[in-house]
Amino acid sequence: MAPHTEQLTRPAVRLRGLTRSFDGRVVLDGIDLDIPAGQFVALLGHSGSGKSTLLRAVAGLDHEVVGGGELIAPERVSVVFQDSRLLPWRRVLDNVLLGLDGEDAAGRGREALAEVGLAGRERAWPSELSGGEQQRAALARSLVREPELLLADEPFGALDALTRIKMHNLLRELWERHRPSVLLVTHDVDEAIVLADRVLVLEEGRIGVDLAIERDARARGEYRGRLLAALGVTEDVR
Amino acid sequence: MTTTTLAKADVVIADDERPRKRRRRLAPGKRLPAARLAGPLLVLALWAVASAAEALDPAAIPAPWTVVETGAQLWTDGTLVTDILTSLQRATSGFAIGLTAGVVLALASGLTRTGEALIDGTVNLNRAIPTLGLIPLFILWLGIGETFKVAIIAIVVYIPIYLNTHAALSGIDNRFVELAEVQGLSRLRFIREIVIPGALPGFFVGLRLGVTGSWLGLVVLEQINATSGLGYMMFQATNYGQSDVILVGLVVYGVFGLVSDSTVRLIERRVLSWRRTLSS
Repeated sequence: MAPHTEQLTRPAVRLRGLTRSFDGRVVLDGIDLDIPAGQFVALLGHSGSGKSTLLRAVAGLDHEVVGGGELIAPERVSVVFQDSRLLPWRRVLDNVLLGLDGEDAAGRGREALAEVGLAGRERAWPSELSGGEQQRAALARSLVREPELLLADEPFGALDALTRIKMHNLLRELWERHRPSVLLVTHDVDEAIVLADRVLVLEEGRIGVDLAIERDARARGEYRGRLLAALGVTEDVR
Repeated sequence: MTTTTLAKADVVIADDERPRKRRRRLAPGKRLPAARLAGPLLVLALWAVASAAEALDPAAIPAPWTVVETGAQLWTDGTLVTDILTSLQRATSGFAIGLTAGVVLALASGLTRTGEALIDGTVNLNRAIPTLGLIPLFILWLGIGETFKVAIIAIVVYIPIYLNTHAALSGIDNRFVELAEVQGLSRLRFIREIVIPGALPGFFVGLRLGVTGSWLGLVVLEQINATSGLGYMMFQATNYGQSDVILVGLVVYGVFGLVSDSTVRLIERRVLSWRRTLSS
């Protein structure tokens, strides 16, 4: 199904016939998907198309959801949510270190904060950060665990346009440095094209479009048209 | 208050004729210095003036200085100290037991479904019965000594602590539970790092109610079934018409209540320093 998986030996994520349904309504209808190690995948779809359901299934967060199928995911998985989900009663550094053990955890936390541009804000309370900074801290929290797979559920959905562009650059930069596999759920076609190497469109519980993105900027307009068409949006230029 | 405000200001009724019209302020404005003390001090002053002018019957309301004198006298002859210590001991033991019971029950009921099934309904049933109504039964069960007094105070204290802590525990944001799962926290660390800090604000509400409750319970118990303590001292004073002694007792109760409430508030402010509320 996915042409570019063949050259890689062991995929980081492997889904076969993954199904999920809520109250008898089928949301995921037999998903087959391989994500090679280190690939940046964006998952598009209408609201209610099951994007988040798929992400939550891979994250292992769907405790009471009916479904079956084969699901293989790496050991170290981090999740970035739409909200930063920082604990208001812990300072920024302590939030980054949540659940992290081992020698020099604090040192690694500081490093991760520096990487997302929050050096010097270790002792701040989450409420003292701006929305963009909070999301940076959340990124640091997910990176400090050196994930093999990073799951992101519309992580920039609540940010303003300018902050969002900055965060795109930051995420791409961090991905290039650490090379986790990424599954980014978004409803923003442009965001998907800018960030990902491969864009999937979820339609009626199945993967309808699976598009490899060349980093070459020339083809972007074409990708955009194809993806929007797959989402049922026709660009009407008047 | 720039041009945009100016353009809209004519809609609002302006209370002066200056060109730059400010909107009428609805908030009460700056706090007066030592504002909380002003009211009580005024009452005290009125009381002193009325006593000095002999407008009050000294048998019903003795002058403030009489109360101070009586207090000093009772203190030096040792009876007041003994009574205060007895009362303090009752309140503290009852409070400590109630606090422990409230927290333990709230944790058991908030963190496990079995605990919730067994405890929550029972506590709410207990809450429906006015605790002071249990006094006759407790006297029969535990005798008229110290045990029943401590038990009643403990019940008065544990109910608000349980209710508020339990509500806070069950109100913990599910998003944080999910986060804990993602971060791979163990159950113990989840409780320590997310559940307990998240439930602390609710716990403190319960704690303040519990502290107030312990004094309330104490006053009632010592008025009805006293054989010693501040309430006993006041009860005896009634028999001899010593209104000044009664007032000394009331002042001591008041000081106790004020000090304990302020202490809890101080601890709360320290522990919940991450909260930026309107009062800060």
